[in-house]
Amino acid sequence: MAVFPWHSRNRNYKAEFASCRLEAVPLEFGDYHPLKPITVTESKTKKVSRKGSTSSTSSSSSSSVVDPLSSVLDGTDPLSMFAASADPASLVATTDNSRKKRDRDDNSIVGSDFEPWASKRGEILARYTTTEKLSINLFMGSEKGKAGTAISAMSEKVRTRLEELDDFEEGSQKELLNLTQQDYVNRIEELNQSLKDAWASDQKVKALKIVIQCSKLLSDTSVIQFYPSKFVLITDILDTFGKLVYERIFSMCMDNHSILPDHFSPENVNDTAKETCLNWFFKIASIRELIPRFYVEASILKCNKFLSKTGISECLPRLTCMVRGIGDPLVSVYARAYLCRVGMEVAPHLKESLNKNFFDFLLTFKQIHSDTVQNQLVLQGVELPSYLPLYSPAMDWIFQCISYHAPEALLTEMMERCKKLANNALLLNSVMSAFRAEFIATRSMDFIGMIKECDESGFPKHLLFRSLGLNLALANPPESDRLQILNEAWKVITKLKNPQDYVNCAEVWVEYTCKHFTKREVNTVLADVIKHMTPDRAFEDSYPQLQSIIKKVIAHFHDFSVLFSVEKFLPFLDMFQKESVRVEVCKCIMEVFIKHQQEPTKDPVILNALLHICKTMHDSVNALTLEDEKRMLAYLINGFIKMVSFGRDFEQQLSFYVEARSMFSNLEPVLVQLIHSVNRLAMETRKVMKGNHSRKTAAFVRACVAYCFITIPSLVGIFTRLNLYLHSGQVALANQCLSQADAFFKAAISLVPEVPKMINIDGKLRPSESFLLEFLCNFFSTLLIVPDHPEHGVLFLVRELLNVIQDYTWEDNSDEKIRIYTCVLHLLSAMSQETYLYHVDKVDSNDSLYGGDSKFLAENNKLCETVMAQILEHLKTLAKDEALKRQSSLGLSFFNSILAHGDLRSNRLNQLSVNLWHLAQRHGCADTRTMVKTLEYIKKRSKHPDMGHLTDLALRLPLQTRT
Amino acid sequence: MGTALDIKVKRANKVYHAGPIQIINSTIEMVKPGKFPSGRTEIPFEFPLHVKGNRVLYETYHGVFVNIQYTLRCDMRRSLLAKDLTKTCEFIVHSAPQKRKLTPSPVAFTVTPETLQNVKERALLPKFLIRGHLNSTNCVITQPLTGELVVESSEAAIKSIELQLVRVETCGCAEGYARDATEIQNIQIADGDVCRGLSVPIYMVFPRLFTCPTLETTNFKVEFEVNVVVLLHPEHLITENFPLKLCRV
Repeated sequence: MAVFPWHSRNRNYKAEFASCRLEAVPLEFGDYHPLKPITVTESKTKKVSRKGSTSSTSSSSSSSVVDPLSSVLDGTDPLSMFAASADPASLVATTDNSRKKRDRDDNSIVGSDFEPWASKRGEILARYTTTEKLSINLFMGSEKGKAGTAISAMSEKVRTRLEELDDFEEGSQKELLNLTQQDYVNRIEELNQSLKDAWASDQKVKALKIVIQCSKLLSDTSVIQFYPSKFVLITDILDTFGKLVYERIFSMCMDNHSILPDHFSPENVNDTAKETCLNWFFKIASIRELIPRFYVEASILKCNKFLSKTGISECLPRLTCMVRGIGDPLVSVYARAYLCRVGMEVAPHLKESLNKNFFDFLLTFKQIHSDTVQNQLVLQGVELPSYLPLYSPAMDWIFQCISYHAPEALLTEMMERCKKLANNALLLNSVMSAFRAEFIATRSMDFIGMIKECDESGFPKHLLFRSLGLNLALANPPESDRLQILNEAWKVITKLKNPQDYVNCAEVWVEYTCKHFTKREVNTVLADVIKHMTPDRAFEDSYPQLQSIIKKVIAHFHDFSVLFSVEKFLPFLDMFQKESVRVEVCKCIMEVFIKHQQEPTKDPVILNALLHICKTMHDSVNALTLEDEKRMLAYLINGFIKMVSFGRDFEQQLSFYVEARSMFSNLEPVLVQLIHSVNRLAMETRKVMKGNHSRKTAAFVRACVAYCFITIPSLVGIFTRLNLYLHSGQVALANQCLSQADAFFKAAISLVPEVPKMINIDGKLRPSESFLLEFLCNFFSTLLIVPDHPEHGVLFLVRELLNVIQDYTWEDNSDEKIRIYTCVLHLLSAMSQETYLYHVDKVDSNDSLYGGDSKFLAENNKLCETVMAQILEHLKTLAKDEALKRQSSLGLSFFNSILAHGDLRSNRLNQLSVNLWHLAQRHGCADTRTMVKTLEYIKKRSKHPDMGHLTDLALRLPLQTRT
Repeated sequence: MGTALDIKVKRANKVYHAGPIQIINSTIEMVKPGKFPSGRTEIPFEFPLHVKGNRVLYETYHGVFVNIQYTLRCDMRRSLLAKDLTKTCEFIVHSAPQKRKLTPSPVAFTVTPETLQNVKERALLPKFLIRGHLNSTNCVITQPLTGELVVESSEAAIKSIELQLVRVETCGCAEGYARDATEIQNIQIADGDVCRGLSVPIYMVFPRLFTCPTLETTNFKVEFEVNVVVLLHPEHLITENFPLKLCRV
């Protein structure tokens, strides 16, 4: 095959650049500009939207606006309409009718500021647990006969069926006696499921029976410490039942596919639905036992809506009274809580019943201390201080329902009524848990007084202080009381003997301390916590609370120099001795640091502390650490490294990086960050010296370069290493460290053969060729300006790289190698120019080194010929059927390269390009449009000065029409 | 071929061993002999309920000894080769509301060991004082029985307080009369040791199928009573009985 000689086209980069540049046209005010209308409109719309909030007529100017965004804002926007209508003042033209409707809606909807039951559930289940054995007496034998009459309305067939069920259950009763808590929960869940199943299979009576039996469990107070959780589980079933019944009757109201509106009135309900609904109420009214009858009726309270408008408002007071029949105070208070819960859901506007529940409860409050209750406690071996808190979830809920949007006067009255009762700590606690925090906070001193007066043997005082603390975390007490409150509270808290009680309380009060006081007080509090939690390693059982204390402290001290000057802060951290917890805490601290640290710092206190914290995080990494966790840790450490700056003291900065490298060697992203930071440091130095390094700075820069050079090999990611070599080489070059730059580039070249064919990206194996191509192209553009080493041959780096590319095992059926060669051709063409496209300041590239020496150019051209020969060889091998398309596109791409970089006045080159043109079209694989465009381009170029020869070329390039 | 449809109304009234007494029996022809068009045919009908002679149209009632039942029978006579068809179903009769206005008759009660009858050893009884009232012993059958009960004091813990609805059927005939009381509903209004001095509501819905307006005829009576039952620890059962008069307005 004939060797084609290469002739590079001479380029005048400056002229080319000038001719490519767009002409800048000054824009007069008022001239058309595509971006202009939008800016104009924006200012208009702002005006309109402001108007919209004061009057309902929308400005006419807005309609002429073309901007689509503004049309959204001109009053037709549903969101702004909603917002406008929610504001009563803005509604000028609303009819009385719709206003009434809205007022009613406002009243009957509980806002998002009401903490829903769902959020209490989990807390109760987690808190009220037991290790004692539980029992489920679903079908108690002694009750059976009587229970039969309760549902005597059912048909004989159903009754026998249910009795069979009873018998079955009775047979397995022994099993149900010795249940662990988890078994119990599972069993209740099964019942919930069988309720749904029974309902779905149209066994309504069975469903009712299940619900009755379940609610009966709520009259059983054995294993009393589990009662609150039992209540949660069983009311879940009741909720399910209530929903099923309501939906069933609701669906019966659908006539002719018209659905009943949400706010329907009983007149819209048809007779069948009413009759069904009435039937349910009759059935429930005949349930023999009080507690199931109460719960089941309460669960379908909402269904009263089908019967009459006043149904719910008549039913609620009656059910409230009904609770009076429940003798056990604990069972009774939970029944009230359920009623309040249902009432709040169905008819939150009926406040009267809520209040009645509260006052009735106060009337029965003395029951808690009755003989019946005391005897029961003795029998179960439960102490009063652990019995009384069982009331809290129910009472908190009732109090919360009442106090929701309640007038101040009512709250004051409630509080006064509670005060008057003896042994009122329990009430006090619920008042503090449920009332508005502001209400409590302003009366903090009163509450402290009341808490002090409480009976020691009753409700635990630490719980009272905890509740008070929770309020003070949310709302501020009067300025003048603040210190006294803290002193009074802490006086009691510090005396708590049990570390658990202590830490639960302290955790809450730390927030108050941080909010209102300085580091001195916080330090005292932390010291006190350490003192209490260290003996007997009590901290081991309280990690969550201790963690929460740390979180609260760092949330309030964003200034880390202040934070670390809190003496006891680091000793406090030492209490986290379990590694996983310690790392969690470290992570929290670092997150806050990254979020809030605005300015880079060199404060030795911060650096020492944070280095210690980061080291802790880093040292937790082991072979089992998950990728995500490593990424997170690296992100946090990097955030810290980026925030460290010693200003102009570059040497200290570098030694910090050296120290950091030794500390964080197991996290690759951190090492990468360090290399980048050091490179940046070198460039900073260069900037400060304005490119002229002194002896000292030159030595320093070389130290930086050396740092990178020895750090990169310890990385694993092959492309990370390649790119960092290249990048660091560029930095070295920029800092006139020529031999160091050479070393980087050589290292990169010698690394290329190690690039595997497939690499792992985000857990997936991907071919690496495209990444390699990208890297090499980048590399070539750097190589253009790297001056040759005087002791090595001409273009020794390019030659070495070419050898490596030649020897690399490329993917079969891939043209990447040839694409790279094409790029090499571009590089060599650029290298043969008299003046290069770009330079590094203060570095002489080959253009000035050789000054267009003919020997250099000859060497260069020889390389070009070799590369071209390789390309042509490859094109030949593609002359097979399945490769014709590739041949065509590769041929055209080579043609374009010659067109762009070659001198087509050379006959051989000219001939070659014509051949390539034909080759591209030969098998009809070429894209006609591209060919047409290319030809047009050539014709256009031929009009340029010195390009006249292209006219002839264009004539020799026929276009093939596709047949 | 002729088909005749009969509707028969009859009342079966069984009094003790006296066998059923028919108080009503009327027949109307619904469709003249002929042929139904194919498909579903609905035939509307109505007829007044006229009693035989001077008998009274009582409310539907299902009891142990007394049963008042109304049935509707539809006969379809068919040609020789096909069997006649018959279908029977019960329908419920509610008596027309009584014209006179119900006069409420409240009754208050106090129960102490002293007020009790039927006690063997009065001295062994724990001390207690229970007060209460029923808002009316004349009750509208569709309205609940209401009232209040207060345990003012009780030495013994209270187990339970219940309302027991009792139906008393009395049948008279030549040989004398038979009286039988049945519990038809038992409703617990207090469970456990209720708070002293706090009123507990008395509230009971009358079960629909087992109650009817109080009935007094020459042959039989159906009457209702309510017992307020208080169970004390360990095993004391105190009952206070109140006859009720049920009516429909």
